[in-house]
Amino acid sequence: MASSTTLTKSAPAPPAQRRGRDRRGPSLARRIAPLAPAILLLLLFFAGPVIWSFYTAFTDQSLSGAGASSPQFIGLDNFRRMWSDPIFIKSLVLTVIFVVGSAVIGQNVLGMTIALLLRKRHRAVQAGVSLVIVGAWVMPEIVAAFCWYAYLNPDGSLNHWLKAIGATQNWLYTAPMFAVILANVWRGTAFSMMVYSAALSDIPPDVEEAAAIDGAGGIRRLWYVTFPLIRRSIVTNLMLITLQTLAVFTTIYVLTQGGPGNKSATTPVYMYEQAFKFYNLGYGTAMALVLLLVGAIFSVVYLRLVKVDER
Amino acid sequence: MRRRTLLATIAAAALATGAVSACSSDGGGSSNTITVAYENFGSFTQMNQLMKKVKAEYEKANPKLTVKLEPIQADENDYYTKLDLMNRSASTAPDVLYEDTFLVNSDISAGYLKPIDQYLDKWKDWSQFSATAKSAGKGQDGKTYGVPMGTDTRGLYYNKQIFAKAGLPTNWQPKSWNDILTAARTIKQKVPGVIPFQIYSAKSAGEGATMQGLEMLLYGTKNTLWDPSSKKWIVSSKGLTDSFNFLHTIFSEGLGPSPQQELDTQWGTKVSTQGLPQSKIAIDLDGSWQSGNWKKTGTKPWPQYSKVLGTAMMPTEDGSAPGFTSMSGGWLLSVGAHAKNPQAAFNFIAMSLNQPNTLFYDNAASQIAERADVANDPAYKDSDPFTPFFTSLVKYTHFRPAYADYPKVSDAIQTAMEAVMTNQSSVSSALSTFASTVKSDLGDNATTSQ
Repeated sequence: MASSTTLTKSAPAPPAQRRGRDRRGPSLARRIAPLAPAILLLLLFFAGPVIWSFYTAFTDQSLSGAGASSPQFIGLDNFRRMWSDPIFIKSLVLTVIFVVGSAVIGQNVLGMTIALLLRKRHRAVQAGVSLVIVGAWVMPEIVAAFCWYAYLNPDGSLNHWLKAIGATQNWLYTAPMFAVILANVWRGTAFSMMVYSAALSDIPPDVEEAAAIDGAGGIRRLWYVTFPLIRRSIVTNLMLITLQTLAVFTTIYVLTQGGPGNKSATTPVYMYEQAFKFYNLGYGTAMALVLLLVGAIFSVVYLRLVKVDER
Repeated sequence: MRRRTLLATIAAAALATGAVSACSSDGGGSSNTITVAYENFGSFTQMNQLMKKVKAEYEKANPKLTVKLEPIQADENDYYTKLDLMNRSASTAPDVLYEDTFLVNSDISAGYLKPIDQYLDKWKDWSQFSATAKSAGKGQDGKTYGVPMGTDTRGLYYNKQIFAKAGLPTNWQPKSWNDILTAARTIKQKVPGVIPFQIYSAKSAGEGATMQGLEMLLYGTKNTLWDPSSKKWIVSSKGLTDSFNFLHTIFSEGLGPSPQQELDTQWGTKVSTQGLPQSKIAIDLDGSWQSGNWKKTGTKPWPQYSKVLGTAMMPTEDGSAPGFTSMSGGWLLSVGAHAKNPQAAFNFIAMSLNQPNTLFYDNAASQIAERADVANDPAYKDSDPFTPFFTSLVKYTHFRPAYADYPKVSDAIQTAMEAVMTNQSSVSSALSTFASTVKSDLGDNATTSQ
């Protein structure tokens, strides 16, 4: 390619034309073809349940009783009921606390901190620390949750060690939100750490060196050089962990079952309780729709951030 | 721009995973296979023993048929849920179901069960069942949907050794709720480290909290849960308030288990396999089946149980007539609505509940026999020193208003109990939440106050 451009006078033109051709490229159908199996599977296993959930949210469908044999269309009743259900409102608040506490603040900040600390460290240190942290991520959620239950419950290992200094804790009961946030931060930090490590390694060293030569200290370099360079990674990571955390169920259910009372019943847990313990499938799916909305709100906020950024 | 579309797509995909979706397990079968679904959990293993025994007998008697056992490993709440999820689809619905009497009407209106009158008519053993027993599986449509395996009553177990230490009589019989409180306070003071009074009060105990807990109190007051004349649920009454106040007293004075113990999903198992046998609980308000755990076939054999423990009737609130109260429930074997070979399924039930097998089960699981030829069998009468006591409670007993909506009322009761037990709400606010929950669940016309 380079040799051909030197031979002609209109040197820049051919690459431009080629780029234009590339963009039109193969037909739409041929582009989509490799995606077809995935789309088919998605339609079958995702769209089906999602459409069913959407429909069910407007009925009094239940697991037993008359609502199981002949569910009635009840319009917006489920949604009206939600606004007069103090436990549901509380569950929304708890969900936001859980997402902000464990994802936006916990996993995000901790993941970034670890990624920054690991930069330019010896390979062995990087490998060792990553192994430990990624270990938590690799573990199935249910196993991680059981580990935390075994660790935090009053007869658990934490109290066993605390006994040595004469202290004791019962956080699963006295501070259930703190306990579930702690467990979720522990498990999810690896993801943020990996995203940020990858992003940080893409920063050309000369940019930061230049800033250092200009006299910028560590913090200023971080704020004015490093963060702006990886801002897209930050927003992508925030969006991903937020949506993952919104749907967290297993960890909370294993640790506290949403209790005591409803003190740690985030919307997914309360939704499960209504749908599968109290048999109100319709009410449960209506909550799922509201949860979808909460996720959408978070997403819009993040998308806005990118937009502001790009301007 | 492109990047944002990508983000939005990721967002939508990640969210979709959060949607509620039902799970299913394989099951069903041809007309030559009979699937049997029942609970096998914690210390309740007797049903599994019976079903394995009957499967062998049945397949021997019917070489062309296969019995597929589907023991469901789940606590009571989750058992109902899993069973109902199986019932939702004809391909997974079991042919024979182990069914709690309180869910019968609810499951009938859901269309999960098949009436079995035509088979019962030809079953000569049916005459051994008392009229009350026969009505246990009767739906509101007058048809019968299940054969009872045995019934139960509820009362107080107390630890004589702890009572002796506290200076209380070892032939204790409280005459009112106050007598229970007095004994519990004495125990708290004189024998520290034991739980003075155990009463199930958490959502995790499921129907056990409603029935062994609240209803054992409420049906000892002047009120009940259901008004038969107006056909409405009584969501506020003096009796209800008094019952919840009693709960509040127990937990606020530290006379009960710690809230965290109650919230443990294993609490029921811990009461029967640790709390009572290890003398950590002084008084336990519980069901007649408890001794089944302590027999040789149980999960926690405890030969001395009838010497260490005493039994007492649950008094009414202030001792007013008839003086004592109890609640009865029990479980049925039913034929699933989708059974491809209902006659074969019924035959399996008939074999499971013939005289020898009922005797085996009622003894092993400490059930109160509902077949006359079992109740009069010496092998039944002598099997358990507590049997005469719990059988005598039948004259004080009440049945739950097990209408189709009962499970929803029961759920609301458990939520209110847990709120009071954990001290997250006052009695009055828990009760007003209870009333409004039932109203929004069942409609304003379905409730009343007394």
